[in-house]
Amino acid sequence: MKNRSLVSISDYSKEEIIKILDLAEDFEKQPRQELLKGKVIASLFFEPSTRTRLSFESAVQQLGGSIIGFSSTATTSVQKGETLKDTILTVSNYSDLIVMRHPVDGSARYASEVAPVPIINAGDGANQHPTQCLLDLYSIRKTQGTLDNLDITFIGDLKYGRTVHSLVIALCHFNTRFHLVSPVELKLPSAVKRHIKEANLRYEQYTDLADVIPTSDIIYMTRIQRERFPDPLDYEKVKNSYILQNDALEHAKQNMRILHPLPRVNEISVDVDNNPMAYYFQQALNGVYVRQAIVSSILGLK
Amino acid sequence: MNDKRKELIVSAISNGTVIDHIPSENVFKVIKILGLDKTGKQVYFGTNLDSKKYGKKGIIKISDTYFAIEEINKIALVAPSATLIEIRDYEVTRKTNVSIPARIEKIVKCFNPNCITNKEEVSTKFSVIYDENGLMKLSCHYCEKNTSKDNLIFI
Ligand SMILES: [Zn+2]
Repeated sequence: MKNRSLVSISDYSKEEIIKILDLAEDFEKQPRQELLKGKVIASLFFEPSTRTRLSFESAVQQLGGSIIGFSSTATTSVQKGETLKDTILTVSNYSDLIVMRHPVDGSARYASEVAPVPIINAGDGANQHPTQCLLDLYSIRKTQGTLDNLDITFIGDLKYGRTVHSLVIALCHFNTRFHLVSPVELKLPSAVKRHIKEANLRYEQYTDLADVIPTSDIIYMTRIQRERFPDPLDYEKVKNSYILQNDALEHAKQNMRILHPLPRVNEISVDVDNNPMAYYFQQALNGVYVRQAIVSSILGLK
Repeated sequence: MNDKRKELIVSAISNGTVIDHIPSENVFKVIKILGLDKTGKQVYFGTNLDSKKYGKKGIIKISDTYFAIEEINKIALVAPSATLIEIRDYEVTRKTNVSIPARIEKIVKCFNPNCITNKEEVSTKFSVIYDENGLMKLSCHYCEKNTSKDNLIFI
């Protein structure tokens, strides 16, 4: 993985994914080390994403690395019309690695082709967000003790949710049984289901979440956005059907944990937060260790 | 129609390439994809010619020009059943069918308006995939979205 960009989760093999998760486990035990001393990491956020940016910057700084970059393009030469290529080439002169978030699909792949230093994609438009996917996998393994043979349930917007797509594709390495709960308008796209079929795995689709809670090891919640429905009436019909309430968890397995890529709006009721099955806030913290693992393995330090 | 009269419709060439069995409506796309609108050689073409196999067909003849197979395969997207006939001194010296290449570069636009290839000067790159119904799609190397055959726009 040394010097190789991470643009899409499929850039990593199963073994490489496991290597990152093992490294992250080490960093969780010892997140403060001087491993990145003397290294400069560029953090280029062409669109704001405070959560992801802080997680990366904290990961790097806890390891003694320094950060340069911007958190929005308002005051940069990008605003004056500088091309992505020029920005990336310029920043490459001053850094050992570039973390970038960009609103355009495919921008990270393109940057990885023009940059002399490796790129970590922190989200390119609606396309990929591989570090989120790796932290989701880490959270699943940590709470279940394994990634293999689990019953994983995805609830909400499975059509547009990029974190769902990447995670489904990555889980195809691990003999997962997929349970897909969504309104008919927001079913998982066939291009993603193809991966499940190619791995000879099974998926079941549901429209009612109550049916599937008792069999799940993991429930991965996502938000359903009003603007995804051409007809507002269709949204009104489904908006309350995919909200997770604490009462509904009564018959869940004891080991079941609830994940959510955050930010949450109302799809997980606040009364769930105190349930030991709620894992979404710890999940976010795991992002720091996973990003430490990714940065140090790409820089060849681990 | 006998062979002699057929020859009159589109002139014979002594040396060069004949691309036969092009769907009539795509003759101009083939001309564009192969850059024949910019060549200095003689180019003849015909559309809506009678064809036993296809009803109507198009044909293009280019003098003193031969194509590498990778280059000719670019037209497979618009003329999947085309035949390539190489002519040397009025004799047919080679006859091949085009086949759809595994990768398509530069000639097609990505259907996704938010793709980097539609925002900055980046050449498109696709791999050719087939969906569960056997339909061909182009999977964008950058945005990872699929462009289906109905949405193909040639650059
Ligand atoms: Zn694209």
